[in-house]
Amino acid sequence: MIAQRRRLLRIGAAGIAVALFAVMVLAPEAFERPLAALTKFGQPAIYDRDSILALTLSHMGIVAAASLAALVIALAIGIFVTRPAGAQYLPLARAVANLGQTFPPIAMLAVAVPLTGFGARPTLVALFAYGLLPIFENTIAGLKGVSPQVVEAARGMGMTGRRILREIELPLALPVIIAGFRVSIIVSIGTATIGSTVGAKGLGEIIIAGLQADNLAYVLQGGVLVAMLAILVDLGLGFLERRARQPRSA
Amino acid sequence: MITVEALTKTFGPVRAVDGISFELAEGEALALIGPSGCGKSTTLRMINRLIEPSAGRVLIDGVDTTSIPPATLRLRMGYAIQGIGLFPHRTVAQNIATVPRLLGWPRARIAARIEELLELFGLPPAVFARKYPHELSGGQQQRVGVARAMAGKPAVLLMDEPFGALDPITRTRLQDEFLAIRRRMGTTVLIVTHDMDEAFKLADRLAVMEKGRIVQLDTPEALLRHPASAFVESLVGSEDRGLKLLSLAGVTALMQPATGWTAEADGTFRKAGADASLAPLSASASLREAASRLVFAGVDELPVVDEAGAMVGAIAMERIIAFGGGGR
Repeated sequence: MIAQRRRLLRIGAAGIAVALFAVMVLAPEAFERPLAALTKFGQPAIYDRDSILALTLSHMGIVAAASLAALVIALAIGIFVTRPAGAQYLPLARAVANLGQTFPPIAMLAVAVPLTGFGARPTLVALFAYGLLPIFENTIAGLKGVSPQVVEAARGMGMTGRRILREIELPLALPVIIAGFRVSIIVSIGTATIGSTVGAKGLGEIIIAGLQADNLAYVLQGGVLVAMLAILVDLGLGFLERRARQPRSA
Repeated sequence: MITVEALTKTFGPVRAVDGISFELAEGEALALIGPSGCGKSTTLRMINRLIEPSAGRVLIDGVDTTSIPPATLRLRMGYAIQGIGLFPHRTVAQNIATVPRLLGWPRARIAARIEELLELFGLPPAVFARKYPHELSGGQQQRVGVARAMAGKPAVLLMDEPFGALDPITRTRLQDEFLAIRRRMGTTVLIVTHDMDEAFKLADRLAVMEKGRIVQLDTPEALLRHPASAFVESLVGSEDRGLKLLSLAGVTALMQPATGWTAEADGTFRKAGADASLAPLSASASLREAASRLVFAGVDELPVVDEAGAMVGAIAMERIIAFGGGGR
């Protein structure tokens, strides 16, 4: 009963969030009146230098590309260092992933721009490096969390290492891996806003334009759009994580 | 048939298993028994190559196991362990289907095998096939674990303390069930245990291990009557070994023709000249049960009846006592 009510509540909240976000992206004029209260000296209340839809899609595209690349690489390395053959590389891989996380993204941008030029590329590099660690650590935690007895039984029954990975270890580690991906992508959605300082097209553009022109309405519009995007992605991945966690019973 | 020749495993300077040899015949059940760290589990795991031997070899039907890829070899050997190791994200039916699926059986044959095994282990398929392991009790999980190990019709079933983690009542019940299933299917079994009663119950022969070596390999009766060393003697339990010996043989082995007994109307029997009538003993009882009844009734002879209640003979205390003769 309680679980069912909680589920309905979640679905309801998600529906409202999706609707609100859709209006903000597709018909930003709808919020002109409340936002106008925040402007001074007849400033425009709604960002009009580019379409909100185009900025949102570009923002999502950069984050998706960087996060998916981080997922593939972190997963591959995480699997490798938990195999007997790769175990000796675990400390090295950990050090590299930690470095990506401790190096501030803004500094990464500064380093990347001379190498890759302005635009989306330096942002992709920074987000990729920043997003590796949570996925990598959760992949290791998920794979190491699989009961040794389950793996021993699988091996003893004649499953090959590859089959054990595919049919036993990865499905059992999946919820933890999704949780890591979830953290990584949420952080990236927020962090991607700074990419606008080096010419990446994204929602950060609205916030930066607002800061430069001292227009609070722009800052709020950009900030809320980014936050809503993060919340929606979090809800979606949370749903996937729960699905992966519970074996459904007949 | 499994032949083990001078099998040895060293971990650094330690010889965990030290030149072990034995043969396991088709349909036989052999127990490796000994205290923790005696090398019994290591021996078992070398047979399906979960551990590679340092020296010696294992033959399955005359073929050296090192000539067979480990995964292929293990498909021919069932494997059941104490922790069970059921796959938590798969149903009971999917768990049991593991080896048949790896063997590439057709779908219908796998389905039939799952049904057969669930019936055999007293788990109605309609109720249990689609359940997940976490929905089962410990005893049910263990049944599924053994059923899964038997699913591919293995040449030998390797079991490592399979009933170890269960409460005593469930353990005894599962042992009885397994014994009946094994007798019916003629399964060849190699079982590792530290529980002497379990080994006596389930195995035809016992290999007693100490410090990586087999110190005695014999039938339960021979182990009890002629322990090769003080260690074996302490392991089989010196205080109650007379009783253990009696539990190995059935009452029919020492039965004599009944003379002087008459049947009463209520199913009891009266010896000529006796005051009271006595309830008879079942022909399927062990000598231990017979001795217990004789002591409890305070008599020196009891009638034995078959399933229909007809008298087939009588068992006398003096013959039971003579059965234990020869012990020191």
